[in-house]
Amino acid sequence: MIDQTLGEPIAELAARLRRREFSSRELTAEFLARIERHEPLLNSFITVTPETALAAADAADQQLARDAGGPLTGVPIAHKDIFCTKGVRTSCASRMLNDFIAPYNATVVNRLQDAGAISLGKTNMDEFAMGSSNETSWYGPVKNPWDPTRVPGGSSGGSAAAVAAGLCMAATGTDTGGSIRQPAAFCGLTGIKPTYGRCSRWGMIAFASSLDQAGVLARNAADAALILRAMAGFDPYDSTSADEPVPDYQADLNAPLQGLRIGLPKEFMNPELDTRIAAAVEDAIKLLRQQGAQLKEISLPNSALSVPAYYVVAPAECSSNLARFDGVRYGHRAADPADLDDLYKRSRGEGFGPEVKRRIMIGTYVLSAGYYDAYYRKAQQIRRLIKQDFQRAFAEVDVILGPTAPTTAFALGAKTADPVAMYLNDIYTISANLAGLPGMSVPIAPVGGLPVGLQLIGDYFAEARLLNVAHQLQQVSDWHLARPEQAH
Amino acid sequence: MQSSDVAQIANLAKLAADASELDQYASELTDIFAMVADMNACDTSAIEPLAHPLELTQRLRPDDATEPDRRELFQSIAPMTKDGFYLVPRVIE
Repeated sequence: MIDQTLGEPIAELAARLRRREFSSRELTAEFLARIERHEPLLNSFITVTPETALAAADAADQQLARDAGGPLTGVPIAHKDIFCTKGVRTSCASRMLNDFIAPYNATVVNRLQDAGAISLGKTNMDEFAMGSSNETSWYGPVKNPWDPTRVPGGSSGGSAAAVAAGLCMAATGTDTGGSIRQPAAFCGLTGIKPTYGRCSRWGMIAFASSLDQAGVLARNAADAALILRAMAGFDPYDSTSADEPVPDYQADLNAPLQGLRIGLPKEFMNPELDTRIAAAVEDAIKLLRQQGAQLKEISLPNSALSVPAYYVVAPAECSSNLARFDGVRYGHRAADPADLDDLYKRSRGEGFGPEVKRRIMIGTYVLSAGYYDAYYRKAQQIRRLIKQDFQRAFAEVDVILGPTAPTTAFALGAKTADPVAMYLNDIYTISANLAGLPGMSVPIAPVGGLPVGLQLIGDYFAEARLLNVAHQLQQVSDWHLARPEQAH
Repeated sequence: MQSSDVAQIANLAKLAADASELDQYASELTDIFAMVADMNACDTSAIEPLAHPLELTQRLRPDDATEPDRRELFQSIAPMTKDGFYLVPRVIE
C-alpha cells in the first residue's frame, strides 16, 4: 500500500500519515529499503542516516498520534550534502571535507526539521557545487535514473536522481548558475530556485555568495510550493537574507492564468537549440495559451554574455570563499608539512579536485593586481546590463519562458575533457542567477525517451506566480507524472 | 597562458600542483579566458558595476555578544590543537 502512495503529492501523503493509514516509521523504512536497492547503481547519496531517520520517524509518529506536528510531519526527504547537518558528515562532495562532521544545522535544515520532515541522508553533488553533470564529486558520478549511461545534471545531481528514482519525496538543492533547474530538467522533475536572499544561506557551504540560493527538487509544483514555504524566510544569521514575508505558495496555485503575459526571449529560442526541445517548449506554451495566457516575443539582448560574466564573478567569489580551507581549523590536512606554506599548499592541493582548483585559479587571476578592471569590474558591469534586460522585460510580461537546457541529459564522460563545453550547458539558466531572479524548471514532452525542462523566470519574489503557472500546466498535462524504470 | 603563469597563480592561491597539472591547467585556462574575452565586445564604459543582485547594503546589528563560546566544540573537528590553540608548523625559529 505504501508503494502506491509514492506517486502522490506530499500533501496527500502527509494527510494519510495524519489519518494513521500507515506510520512514518513504515514509510521511512520503505524509503530506506528503496535506497538500499537502487543506490549501487545510482550513487545518489553520499551518506544515508537510517538510525536518525527512524528515530525521527518514531518521534513524528508520536506527534501525529496526538494530532500535533507541522505540514511535513513524517515525510521523508533528503538534503544536498552542501547543507550543514549537526552530527552528520557534511562533505560538499570533496575530499577536503570527507571527515567533516558539522557542529550545527543549516537554517534550511532546521526549518524543514521544524516543519516535521524526516531527513534520510545527504545527497551526492558536484564538488563544492562546481559542475553541471555531477561528475566532479570525490564520491564518484551520479547516474541518471532515466538512463544510467547518462549524467543526472549538476550540481544538485544526487538530489535530482534520488527524487526521480523515488528514494525520497523531495530534496533540497542549491543553484548558483542552474544547479537546481538543469538537473530537474535532466531528471524530469519540478525544481525551483527562489529569489536571491529568499532562503537563508547560513550553514550552506558557500561557493559564490552573491549567486548561491537554496531551493527544492520535487515531483510537482504543489510539492515544491509546500517545501519551499517551509524553507524560506528571513534569517538574522544570514546578512544577505531578504526581510520579506513568505506568502502561502499553495494558496496561489489555483489562480487562473487568464490574461497572464508570457514573454518568450528570442535569444533562448535560437537556431542552435535542438529543434525537438524547441517543439516541446512550444507544445507547453500552447497549453498555457489555451488557459488564457498571452504570448509575446521579448528580447534579452545581453544574455549571450551571461556565461562569460559568470565565469569571472563566480570563480572570483569562489577563490575568496574557499580560502577558508587551509588545513588548520577543519578539513583535510596534508601529512608531515615541512612549513606553513607547504601545509597550506599540499592540504589544498590534495583536498580539492581539478574543477575546484581550476575555478580557484580563475578567480585568483581575475582578482589579481592589474587585472581587476579588465575582468571583475567588466563582469559586474555586464551583470547590470543583464539585470536591466530583465527589468525591461518584466515591464511588459509577467513570466519569461524558455528551455532550461540546450540538450537532454548527455552521456557520462562526454564533456569532462572540455570545461568550456560543460560551462555552456548553463547558457539559459545563468542569467537568472546574475540578476538574482527566481527560476523554475518543469517537465515537458520528452525527447528520445529523456526528460526535457521548461524554464520559467519570474520577477523578484514572484515565486508564487511561477509555482502557479507550473501547477496550472500540470493540471492539463501529465509529463510530470512519468517515472523512470528505476523508480519501480 | 603559459605553465609559468599558472605556477604563479597556483602559488598565490596556495595550491600545490606538479608540472603535468600545470600544463593541463594552462591549456584549459587559455580556452576559458578566450570564452571570457567575449565580454570585450560589449561597451560598458558608462555602466555602473552591480555587486549585489538586489542592490541592498549589508545589514548591521548592534555590537552585542549574542552567541555562547563554543571553542571546544569547534576545535574538536580541527586537525591539531593544544591548550585551546590551533597547531601549525613552526613559523619563527
